[in-house]
Amino acid sequence: MERKIRVLVAKPGLDGHDRGAKVIARALRDAGMEVIYTGLRQTPEQIVTAAIQEDVDAIGLSCLSGAHNHLFPRVVELLKEHNAEDILVFGGGVIPDADIPGLKAAGIKEIFTPGTSTQDVIAFLEAHVRR
Amino acid sequence: MARAISAAENDPPVVQAFLREHSQRLGRARIVGITGPPGAGKSTLTGCLAAELVNRGFSLGLLLVDPSSPFTGGAILGDRLRLPDIAQHPQVFVRSMSSRGSMGGLSKATSDAVKLLDAFGMDFVLIETVGTGQAETDIVSVADSVIVVAVPGLGDDIQALKAGILEIADLFVVNKADREGAEKTERELLHMLKMQPSSSGWTIPVIRTVATKNEGIGELANKLLAHYEFLRESGLLLRQRVARAEQELKDLLRSRMMQEFERLMGPALYRDLAQEIVAGEQSLYDTADKLWQQFLVRITQKGGSASD
Repeated sequence: MERKIRVLVAKPGLDGHDRGAKVIARALRDAGMEVIYTGLRQTPEQIVTAAIQEDVDAIGLSCLSGAHNHLFPRVVELLKEHNAEDILVFGGGVIPDADIPGLKAAGIKEIFTPGTSTQDVIAFLEAHVRR
Repeated sequence: MARAISAAENDPPVVQAFLREHSQRLGRARIVGITGPPGAGKSTLTGCLAAELVNRGFSLGLLLVDPSSPFTGGAILGDRLRLPDIAQHPQVFVRSMSSRGSMGGLSKATSDAVKLLDAFGMDFVLIETVGTGQAETDIVSVADSVIVVAVPGLGDDIQALKAGILEIADLFVVNKADREGAEKTERELLHMLKMQPSSSGWTIPVIRTVATKNEGIGELANKLLAHYEFLRESGLLLRQRVARAEQELKDLLRSRMMQEFERLMGPALYRDLAQEIVAGEQSLYDTADKLWQQFLVRITQKGGSASD
Protein backbone atom coordinates (compact mmCIF):
# COMPACT_ATOMS: atom_id res chain seq x y z
CA MET A 1 0.00 0.00 0.00
CA GLU A 2 1.20 3.50 -0.72
CA ARG A 3 2.77 5.19 2.24
CA LYS A 4 1.53 8.75 2.65
CA ILE A 5 3.54 11.54 4.22
CA ARG A 6 1.65 12.76 7.30
CA VAL A 7 2.26 16.30 8.49
CA LEU A 8 0.89 18.17 11.48
CA VAL A 9 0.42 21.87 10.79
CA ALA A 10 0.12 23.80 14.02
CA LYS A 11 0.08 27.35 15.27
CA PRO A 12 1.70 27.70 18.65
CA GLY A 13 1.35 30.90 20.62
CA LEU A 14 -1.14 33.67 20.75
CA ASP A 15 -1.33 35.34 17.36
CA GLY A 16 -4.41 34.68 15.28
CA HIS A 17 -2.92 34.86 11.80
CA ASP A 18 -3.54 31.44 10.35
CA ARG A 19 -3.66 32.30 6.67
CA GLY A 20 -0.08 31.13 6.11
CA ALA A 21 -0.63 27.87 7.97
CA LYS A 22 -3.76 27.19 5.93
CA VAL A 23 -2.00 27.92 2.65
CA ILE A 24 0.73 25.45 3.59
CA ALA A 25 -1.81 22.85 4.73
CA ARG A 26 -3.61 23.11 1.44
CA ALA A 27 -0.49 22.99 -0.67
CA LEU A 28 0.69 19.85 1.13
CA ARG A 29 -2.71 18.25 0.68
CA ASP A 30 -2.57 19.03 -3.02
CA ALA A 31 0.83 17.34 -3.10
CA GLY A 32 -0.87 14.17 -1.87
CA MET A 33 0.07 14.40 1.80
CA GLU A 34 -2.21 13.88 4.79
CA VAL A 35 -2.27 17.06 6.79
CA ILE A 36 -3.57 17.25 10.34
CA TYR A 37 -4.52 20.83 11.01
CA THR A 38 -4.92 21.64 14.68
CA GLY A 39 -5.86 25.30 14.58
CA LEU A 40 -4.91 28.37 16.55
CA ARG A 41 -3.29 28.91 19.93
CA GLN A 42 -1.85 25.50 20.59
CA THR A 43 0.59 24.92 23.41
CA PRO A 44 3.79 23.03 22.58
CA GLU A 45 2.42 20.22 24.80
CA GLN A 46 -0.78 19.96 22.76
CA ILE A 47 1.19 19.97 19.54
CA VAL A 48 3.52 17.20 20.64
CA THR A 49 0.68 15.02 21.98
CA ALA A 50 -1.16 15.40 18.71
CA ALA A 51 1.97 14.67 16.66
CA ILE A 52 2.64 11.46 18.58
CA GLN A 53 -0.95 10.19 18.52
CA GLU A 54 -1.21 10.99 14.84
CA ASP A 55 2.19 9.36 14.14
CA VAL A 56 3.18 12.16 11.79
CA ASP A 57 6.44 12.37 9.87
CA ALA A 58 6.80 16.12 10.31
CA ILE A 59 5.47 19.10 12.23
CA GLY A 60 5.09 22.48 10.56
CA LEU A 61 4.95 25.36 13.03
CA SER A 62 3.70 28.77 12.06
CA CYS A 63 4.23 31.75 14.30
CA LEU A 64 3.77 35.42 13.61
CA SER A 65 3.80 36.72 17.15
CA GLY A 66 7.53 36.94 17.64
CA ALA A 67 7.58 34.16 20.25
CA HIS A 68 9.19 31.64 17.89
CA ASN A 69 12.50 31.61 19.77
CA HIS A 70 10.71 30.21 22.78
CA LEU A 71 7.96 28.09 21.19
CA PHE A 72 9.78 26.28 18.38
CA PRO A 73 12.68 24.90 20.47
CA ARG A 74 10.19 23.89 23.17
CA VAL A 75 8.42 21.62 20.69
CA VAL A 76 11.72 19.96 19.78
CA GLU A 77 12.56 19.52 23.47
CA LEU A 78 9.22 17.89 24.23
CA LEU A 79 9.61 15.55 21.26
CA LYS A 80 12.95 14.45 22.72
CA GLU A 81 11.36 13.89 26.13
CA HIS A 82 8.84 11.58 24.47
CA ASN A 83 11.50 9.77 22.42
CA ALA A 84 9.94 11.13 19.28
CA GLU A 85 12.85 13.15 17.94
CA ASP A 86 12.56 11.29 14.66
CA ILE A 87 9.67 13.64 13.87
CA LEU A 88 11.04 16.41 11.69
CA VAL A 89 10.20 19.98 12.74
CA PHE A 90 10.08 22.93 10.38
CA GLY A 91 8.81 26.45 10.89
CA GLY A 92 7.54 29.50 9.15
CA GLY A 93 6.28 33.01 9.77
CA VAL A 94 7.78 36.43 10.27
CA ILE A 95 11.11 35.33 11.59
CA PRO A 96 14.11 37.65 11.44
CA ASP A 97 17.12 36.26 9.57
CA ALA A 98 19.21 36.74 12.68
CA ASP A 99 17.07 34.21 14.58
CA ILE A 100 17.36 31.45 12.01
CA PRO A 101 20.78 30.02 12.97
CA GLY A 102 19.71 29.79 16.62
CA LEU A 103 16.50 27.98 15.70
CA LYS A 104 18.35 25.55 13.48
CA ALA A 105 20.87 24.89 16.24
CA ALA A 106 17.90 24.12 18.50
CA GLY A 107 16.80 21.35 16.14
CA ILE A 108 14.40 23.08 13.77
CA LYS A 109 15.31 21.53 10.47
CA GLU A 110 14.28 24.43 8.24
CA ILE A 111 12.72 27.89 8.50
CA PHE A 112 10.58 29.29 5.71
CA THR A 113 10.10 33.05 5.73
CA PRO A 114 7.46 35.09 3.88
CA GLY A 115 7.75 34.82 0.12
CA THR A 116 8.70 31.14 0.13
CA SER A 117 7.06 29.16 -2.66
CA THR A 118 4.87 26.33 -1.45
CA GLN A 119 6.78 24.14 -3.93
CA ASP A 120 9.92 24.66 -1.84
CA VAL A 121 8.15 23.38 1.26
CA ILE A 122 6.84 20.34 -0.59
CA ALA A 123 10.26 19.58 -2.07
CA PHE A 124 11.83 19.96 1.38
CA LEU A 125 9.44 17.45 2.94
CA GLU A 126 9.73 14.96 0.12
CA ALA A 127 13.51 15.10 0.42
CA HIS A 128 13.78 14.87 4.20
CA VAL A 129 10.95 12.74 5.50
CA ARG A 130 12.03 9.22 6.43
CA ARG A 131 10.40 6.65 4.21
CA MET B 1 -0.62 2.57 19.64
CA ALA B 2 0.03 5.39 17.19
CA ARG B 3 2.50 3.29 15.23
CA ALA B 4 0.09 0.37 15.22
CA ILE B 5 -2.61 2.44 13.57
CA SER B 6 -0.12 3.64 10.96
CA ALA B 7 0.60 0.00 10.31
CA ALA B 8 -3.13 -0.62 9.86
CA GLU B 9 -3.10 2.08 7.19
CA ASN B 10 0.14 1.14 5.47
CA ASP B 11 1.17 -2.39 6.30
CA PRO B 12 -1.75 -4.75 7.04
CA PRO B 13 0.31 -7.93 7.68
CA VAL B 14 1.94 -6.39 10.76
CA VAL B 15 -1.44 -5.55 12.23
CA GLN B 16 -2.85 -8.93 11.35
CA ALA B 17 -0.04 -10.59 13.24
CA PHE B 18 -0.72 -8.40 16.26
CA LEU B 19 -4.47 -9.00 16.19
CA ARG B 20 -3.91 -12.73 15.82
CA GLU B 21 -1.88 -12.72 18.97
CA HIS B 22 -4.41 -10.67 20.93
CA SER B 23 -7.66 -12.11 19.65
CA GLN B 24 -8.85 -13.01 23.16
CA ARG B 25 -8.60 -9.39 24.20
CA LEU B 26 -11.00 -8.20 21.53
CA GLY B 27 -14.68 -7.50 21.97
CA ARG B 28 -14.58 -5.54 25.21
CA ALA B 29 -14.75 -2.00 23.88
CA ARG B 30 -18.10 -0.41 23.16
CA ILE B 31 -17.96 0.88 19.62
CA VAL B 32 -19.94 4.00 18.82
CA GLY B 33 -20.35 5.61 15.41
CA ILE B 34 -21.22 9.27 14.97
CA THR B 35 -22.46 10.28 11.56
CA GLY B 36 -24.51 12.96 9.85
CA PRO B 37 -24.35 15.60 7.15
CA PRO B 38 -21.36 17.94 6.86
CA GLY B 39 -21.59 20.90 9.18
CA ALA B 40 -24.02 19.24 11.59
CA GLY B 41 -21.49 19.61 14.37
CA LYS B 42 -20.29 16.02 14.50
CA SER B 43 -16.75 16.90 15.57
CA THR B 44 -17.82 19.28 18.32
CA LEU B 45 -20.43 16.80 19.53
CA THR B 46 -17.90 13.96 19.44
CA GLY B 47 -15.56 16.07 21.54
CA CYS B 48 -18.27 16.85 24.11
CA LEU B 49 -19.43 13.25 24.31
CA ALA B 50 -15.83 12.07 24.70
CA ALA B 51 -15.26 14.57 27.53
CA GLU B 52 -18.47 13.42 29.23
CA LEU B 53 -17.45 9.76 29.03
CA VAL B 54 -13.95 10.52 30.31
CA ASN B 55 -15.47 12.40 33.25
CA ARG B 56 -17.48 9.29 34.04
CA GLY B 57 -14.24 7.35 34.29
CA PHE B 58 -14.12 5.63 30.91
CA SER B 59 -11.05 5.40 28.72
CA LEU B 60 -11.58 6.00 25.07
CA GLY B 61 -10.14 6.08 21.61
CA LEU B 62 -11.41 8.50 19.02
CA LEU B 63 -11.11 7.89 15.31
CA LEU B 64 -11.90 10.93 13.21
CA VAL B 65 -12.33 10.22 9.53
CA ASP B 66 -12.12 13.04 7.00
CA PRO B 67 -12.30 12.77 3.23
CA SER B 68 -9.25 12.47 1.02
CA SER B 69 -8.96 14.33 -2.26
CA PRO B 70 -10.13 12.15 -5.14
CA PHE B 71 -7.44 13.75 -7.32
CA THR B 72 -4.23 13.84 -5.31
CA GLY B 73 -5.06 11.44 -2.49
CA GLY B 74 -3.98 14.13 -0.06
CA ALA B 75 -6.18 15.27 2.80
CA ILE B 76 -6.61 17.96 5.38
CA LEU B 77 -7.71 16.34 8.61
CA GLY B 78 -9.22 19.11 10.67
CA ASP B 79 -11.50 17.35 13.14
CA ARG B 80 -8.90 17.53 15.85
CA LEU B 81 -9.32 21.28 15.80
CA ARG B 82 -12.59 20.91 17.68
CA LEU B 83 -11.43 18.81 20.57
CA PRO B 84 -8.29 20.37 21.91
CA ASP B 85 -9.09 19.94 25.60
CA ILE B 86 -9.55 16.21 25.88
CA ALA B 87 -6.77 15.01 23.58
CA GLN B 88 -4.28 15.69 26.37
CA HIS B 89 -6.06 13.41 28.82
CA PRO B 90 -4.08 10.23 29.57
CA GLN B 91 -7.22 8.10 29.14
CA VAL B 92 -7.83 9.44 25.65
CA PHE B 93 -6.23 8.60 22.34
CA VAL B 94 -7.20 10.60 19.27
CA ARG B 95 -6.36 9.71 15.72
CA SER B 96 -7.35 11.40 12.46
CA MET B 97 -7.75 9.16 9.44
CA SER B 98 -8.11 10.01 5.80
CA SER B 99 -10.83 8.09 4.00
CA ARG B 100 -8.16 7.22 1.37
CA GLY B 101 -10.62 7.12 -1.46
CA SER B 102 -13.15 4.90 0.26
CA MET B 103 -16.75 5.96 -0.40
CA GLY B 104 -18.77 4.55 2.48
CA GLY B 105 -17.86 7.15 5.10
CA LEU B 106 -14.93 5.25 6.63
CA SER B 107 -11.47 4.24 5.46
CA LYS B 108 -10.49 0.65 4.84
CA ALA B 109 -8.17 0.73 7.82
CA THR B 110 -10.88 1.96 10.20
CA SER B 111 -12.08 -1.43 11.33
CA ASP B 112 -8.52 -2.58 12.06
CA ALA B 113 -7.88 0.64 13.96
CA VAL B 114 -11.03 -0.05 16.02
CA LYS B 115 -9.75 -3.52 16.84
CA LEU B 116 -6.37 -2.13 17.88
CA LEU B 117 -7.97 0.37 20.27
CA ASP B 118 -10.11 -2.47 21.61
CA ALA B 119 -7.06 -4.69 22.09
CA PHE B 120 -5.30 -1.86 23.92
CA GLY B 121 -8.13 -1.92 26.46
CA MET B 122 -10.18 1.17 25.64
CA ASP B 123 -13.66 1.17 27.20
CA PHE B 124 -15.10 3.10 24.28
CA VAL B 125 -14.15 3.65 20.69
CA LEU B 126 -15.89 6.64 19.13
CA ILE B 127 -15.73 6.86 15.36
CA GLU B 128 -16.68 10.07 13.63
CA THR B 129 -17.38 9.44 9.95
CA VAL B 130 -16.90 11.83 7.08
CA GLY B 131 -19.86 14.13 6.57
CA THR B 132 -22.48 11.89 5.09
CA GLY B 133 -25.32 12.37 2.69
CA GLN B 134 -27.71 9.57 2.10
CA ALA B 135 -25.93 6.33 1.57
CA GLU B 136 -22.68 6.32 3.53
CA THR B 137 -23.71 3.59 5.86
CA ASP B 138 -20.44 1.68 6.36
CA ILE B 139 -20.47 2.67 9.99
CA VAL B 140 -23.18 0.09 10.76
CA SER B 141 -20.82 -2.71 9.89
CA VAL B 142 -18.32 -1.47 12.48
CA ALA B 143 -20.24 0.13 15.35
CA ASP B 144 -22.45 -1.30 18.11
CA SER B 145 -24.38 1.96 18.45
CA VAL B 146 -24.85 4.57 15.75
CA ILE B 147 -25.62 8.20 16.57
CA VAL B 148 -27.04 10.17 13.66
CA VAL B 149 -26.65 13.92 14.04
CA ALA B 150 -29.26 16.15 12.43
CA VAL B 151 -29.53 19.93 12.50
CA PRO B 152 -32.44 22.29 12.01
CA GLY B 153 -32.91 24.09 8.76
CA LEU B 154 -31.23 21.78 6.28
CA GLY B 155 -33.31 22.54 3.23
CA ASP B 156 -36.30 20.27 3.05
CA ASP B 157 -35.62 19.28 6.65
CA ILE B 158 -35.25 15.55 6.68
CA GLN B 159 -34.22 15.61 3.04
CA ALA B 160 -30.58 15.53 4.04
CA LEU B 161 -31.05 12.31 5.96
CA LYS B 162 -32.93 10.00 3.69
CA ALA B 163 -33.46 6.29 3.55
CA GLY B 164 -30.07 4.76 4.29
CA ILE B 165 -28.78 7.06 6.90
CA LEU B 166 -32.09 7.39 8.72
CA GLU B 167 -32.43 3.66 9.06
CA ILE B 168 -29.06 3.11 10.67
CA ALA B 169 -29.66 5.34 13.69
CA ASP B 170 -29.85 3.88 17.19
CA LEU B 171 -29.93 7.38 18.61
CA PHE B 172 -30.85 10.65 16.96
CA VAL B 173 -29.36 13.95 17.98
CA VAL B 174 -30.80 17.28 16.92
CA ASN B 175 -27.72 19.41 17.36
CA LYS B 176 -27.69 23.23 17.30
CA ALA B 177 -31.03 22.94 19.08
CA ASP B 178 -30.94 26.60 20.06
CA ARG B 179 -31.57 27.47 16.44
CA GLU B 180 -34.88 28.22 14.87
CA GLY B 181 -36.59 25.12 13.53
CA ALA B 182 -35.11 22.69 16.08
CA GLU B 183 -38.55 21.72 17.33
CA LYS B 184 -39.76 21.13 13.82
CA THR B 185 -36.80 18.89 13.02
CA GLU B 186 -37.33 16.97 16.25
CA ARG B 187 -41.04 16.60 15.53
CA GLU B 188 -40.40 15.32 12.04
CA LEU B 189 -37.87 12.78 13.27
CA LEU B 190 -40.28 11.57 15.94
CA HIS B 191 -43.06 11.38 13.39
CA MET B 192 -40.89 9.40 11.02
CA LEU B 193 -39.87 7.04 13.81
CA LYS B 194 -43.50 6.46 14.66
CA MET B 195 -44.23 5.42 11.11
CA GLN B 196 -41.33 3.03 11.10
CA PRO B 197 -41.29 1.38 14.49
CA SER B 198 -38.11 -0.40 15.43
CA SER B 199 -38.28 -4.17 15.20
CA SER B 200 -35.69 -4.79 17.90
CA GLY B 201 -37.71 -3.41 20.82
CA TRP B 202 -35.36 -0.46 21.29
CA THR B 203 -37.09 2.92 21.23
CA ILE B 204 -34.86 5.25 19.24
CA PRO B 205 -34.54 8.44 21.24
CA VAL B 206 -34.30 11.93 19.75
CA ILE B 207 -32.01 14.05 21.90
CA ARG B 208 -31.63 17.80 21.57
CA THR B 209 -28.14 19.14 22.06
CA VAL B 210 -26.20 22.37 21.71
CA ALA B 211 -22.72 20.93 21.48
CA THR B 212 -20.98 24.29 21.58
CA LYS B 213 -22.58 24.96 24.98
CA ASN B 214 -22.32 21.35 26.14
CA GLU B 215 -26.11 21.13 26.52
CA GLY B 216 -27.85 17.77 26.29
CA ILE B 217 -24.57 15.84 26.33
CA GLY B 218 -25.26 14.19 29.69
CA GLU B 219 -28.55 12.87 28.38
CA LEU B 220 -26.88 11.65 25.21
CA ALA B 221 -24.31 9.74 27.26
CA ASN B 222 -27.10 8.25 29.41
CA LYS B 223 -29.02 7.09 26.37
CA LEU B 224 -25.87 5.71 24.80
CA LEU B 225 -25.09 3.64 27.90
CA ALA B 226 -28.74 2.53 28.00
CA HIS B 227 -28.53 1.41 24.39
CA TYR B 228 -25.47 -0.68 25.14
CA GLU B 229 -27.26 -2.27 28.12
CA PHE B 230 -30.22 -2.98 25.87
CA LEU B 231 -27.97 -4.60 23.26
CA ARG B 232 -26.33 -6.76 25.88
CA GLU B 233 -29.43 -7.87 27.70
CA SER B 234 -31.42 -8.59 24.57
CA GLY B 235 -28.62 -10.66 23.13
CA LEU B 236 -28.53 -8.33 20.15
CA LEU B 237 -24.95 -7.31 20.83
CA LEU B 238 -23.77 -10.85 20.39
CA ARG B 239 -25.91 -11.34 17.29
CA GLN B 240 -24.61 -8.11 15.75
CA ARG B 241 -21.05 -9.08 16.46
CA VAL B 242 -21.51 -12.56 15.06
CA ALA B 243 -23.01 -11.06 11.91
CA ARG B 244 -20.11 -8.64 11.70
CA ALA B 245 -17.52 -11.37 12.09
CA GLU B 246 -19.29 -13.39 9.42
CA GLN B 247 -19.21 -10.45 7.05
CA GLU B 248 -15.53 -9.78 7.77
CA LEU B 249 -14.72 -13.42 7.19
CA LYS B 250 -16.52 -13.36 3.86
CA ASP B 251 -14.83 -10.12 2.81
CA LEU B 252 -11.43 -11.44 3.72
CA LEU B 253 -11.94 -14.70 1.88
CA ARG B 254 -13.41 -12.91 -1.10
CA SER B 255 -10.35 -10.70 -1.43
CA ARG B 256 -8.05 -13.65 -0.92
CA MET B 257 -9.84 -15.66 -3.60
CA MET B 258 -9.66 -12.73 -5.95
CA GLN B 259 -5.93 -12.42 -5.33
CA GLU B 260 -5.46 -16.11 -5.93
CA PHE B 261 -7.50 -15.90 -9.11
CA GLU B 262 -5.41 -13.05 -10.47
CA ARG B 263 -2.19 -14.71 -9.41
CA LEU B 264 -3.04 -17.92 -11.26
CA MET B 265 -4.41 -16.20 -14.32
CA GLY B 266 -1.59 -13.69 -14.65
CA PRO B 267 -1.61 -9.92 -14.55
CA ALA B 268 -3.20 -7.58 -17.10
CA LEU B 269 -5.86 -10.14 -17.50
CA TYR B 270 -8.89 -7.98 -18.02
CA ARG B 271 -7.92 -5.19 -20.40
CA ASP B 272 -8.03 -7.08 -23.74
CA LEU B 273 -11.12 -8.99 -22.78
CA ALA B 274 -12.82 -5.78 -21.73
CA GLN B 275 -12.04 -4.29 -25.13
CA GLU B 276 -13.61 -7.29 -26.84
CA ILE B 277 -16.69 -6.88 -24.71
CA VAL B 278 -17.03 -3.21 -25.56
CA ALA B 279 -16.47 -3.97 -29.25
CA GLY B 280 -19.32 -6.46 -29.08
CA GLU B 281 -17.10 -9.44 -30.02
CA GLN B 282 -17.81 -11.29 -26.82
CA SER B 283 -20.56 -11.08 -24.27
CA LEU B 284 -19.73 -10.24 -20.70
CA TYR B 285 -21.17 -13.51 -19.48
CA ASP B 286 -19.37 -15.71 -22.00
CA THR B 287 -16.09 -14.03 -21.14
CA ALA B 288 -16.62 -14.59 -17.44
CA ASP B 289 -17.57 -18.24 -18.06
CA LYS B 290 -14.47 -18.81 -20.13
CA LEU B 291 -12.17 -17.27 -17.53
CA TRP B 292 -13.79 -19.26 -14.79
CA GLN B 293 -13.31 -22.54 -16.70
CA GLN B 294 -9.64 -21.73 -17.31
CA PHE B 295 -9.22 -20.92 -13.64
CA LEU B 296 -10.78 -24.22 -12.56
CA VAL B 297 -8.45 -26.10 -14.87
CA ARG B 298 -5.39 -24.31 -13.52
CA ILE B 299 -6.27 -24.65 -9.92
CA THR B 300 -6.86 -28.42 -10.24
CA GLN B 301 -3.54 -28.81 -12.09
CA LYS B 302 -1.83 -27.21 -9.16
CA GLY B 303 -3.70 -29.53 -6.87
CA GLY B 304 -5.02 -26.53 -5.03
CA SER B 305 -1.62 -26.08 -3.42
CA ALA B 306 -1.66 -22.39 -4.14
CA SER B 307 -1.32 -21.13 -0.65
CA ASP B 308 2.06 -19.57 -0.10
